[in-house]
Amino acid sequence: MDNKLFKEYEDLIPAKIIDDVKASLPDKISDSKVKKIMELVYEEYKNSLAEPGESVGLVAAESIGEPSTQMTLNTFHFAGVSEMNVTTGLPRIIEVLDGRAEISTKMMQIYLKSPYSEGKDIKKIAESIKETTLKEYIKETSIDIAESQMMLSLDEDKLSRVGMKPATIIKVLEKAFAKGYSFKPSKENENVLIIKSTSKEDDLNNIYKLKEKLQEIYVNGIKGIKQVLPVRKGEEYIVVTSGSNLKDVFKLEFVNPDKTITNDIFEIEKILGVEAARQAIIDEVAKVIDEQGLNVDLRHIMLVSDIMTTSATVLGVNRYGIVKEKPSVLARASFETPIKHIINASISGETDYLRSVIENVMINQVVPVGTGLPRLTVKVEKKGKKEKSEKE
Amino acid sequence: MVKKRKSKPTEKLDVSNHILVPKHEKCSETEKKALLKKFNVEIKDLPKISINDAAIVDMNLQPGDVVKITRASPTAGESIFYRVVIEIK
Repeated sequence: MDNKLFKEYEDLIPAKIIDDVKASLPDKISDSKVKKIMELVYEEYKNSLAEPGESVGLVAAESIGEPSTQMTLNTFHFAGVSEMNVTTGLPRIIEVLDGRAEISTKMMQIYLKSPYSEGKDIKKIAESIKETTLKEYIKETSIDIAESQMMLSLDEDKLSRVGMKPATIIKVLEKAFAKGYSFKPSKENENVLIIKSTSKEDDLNNIYKLKEKLQEIYVNGIKGIKQVLPVRKGEEYIVVTSGSNLKDVFKLEFVNPDKTITNDIFEIEKILGVEAARQAIIDEVAKVIDEQGLNVDLRHIMLVSDIMTTSATVLGVNRYGIVKEKPSVLARASFETPIKHIINASISGETDYLRSVIENVMINQVVPVGTGLPRLTVKVEKKGKKEKSEKE
Repeated sequence: MVKKRKSKPTEKLDVSNHILVPKHEKCSETEKKALLKKFNVEIKDLPKISINDAAIVDMNLQPGDVVKITRASPTAGESIFYRVVIEIK
């Protein structure tokens, strides 16, 4: 087949459509027929484009808004066997589009490098990612009042599972409390630590306070990861976590940093950039809509996502975000808190050029949408003979 | 058990291969002019990207440069987007 025929359409039609046409053509076909097909395809493509002045934003708002009324108001989705619940449904969509910095349930999907992705040491790896505090390694604490000291008995099984020794715990403790206390293993059993206050006053009081503090001391793992769950996804094993910390997880040896993702849009923006955040917004919203069995064209979500990320950071669809970016005072005032906007505008002497829709509705003028957009201008010829009018 | 990557512990993350990050390129001056002429816009009307954005931080750009972004699009196969580099305080 002649590629020349397709070449002239390369700048006119997206490459994907040309590929689709190529794939569905029969093996034997004359060039004239191909030409005719391409003409028809081009015609069809042109008709499907959004016309200048079409209010795509309004259409997008309706197309996302209507199906979301059918969503279950509060759904929790259980990922796998464990009790890891994730916000989905309408609350999740609101969260994403509002551009909230703190989301209710953070989640990561950690992809692993081979051979770990085939399931090698998967439990051990998952365990090592999880943030652990000293609480989880302590079997028993007891306080000896006579000697004013505290005994910690450590959980041997747990320590050996993550490859640690009582000595490492002592190091962690010494780092956390630079002075004031001494940590030593007892003579009879190395899994029992004896903690003494080195200062002479208020010994017992200090020891009691310490008991509470000890529980929350960070020992190992990735900070912020509260739960881990190894899951089989298709052919490979991944680790799903509750809590999120992209930056530190990327640094781990066995993690595939090119596929690992989180559901925290702001974290993605910070670590991977604004373009990645745009894609993440699309993915997150599309995922929720898909889960609910609804059908919304991806283009609407892409438009919203584009608008949210045009200002180099992720802005929410609310008065602190994209509405604040509007140039027109009246448009901003018509959304929320009108008096505040009008007062501020009058203080700084703002001008409204009446270029957008809502302010023209207010003053009863033709809105610049659809057929209201083109204006008639008269081009006066120099010689004064002919008058031409053309669309702006 | 948690082993940090051995090479350089403080090395900056290279995010350009991440599945969420599309290809970012710097536009030449002629490309930039052609772009502004094609869409009949001024440079301040373009969508923006921070100079410290993780995807372009290694590219040595100046505020006012234009970045060409080639996104994979489910509807058009591939779509091209432009952002102007700005400085955010």
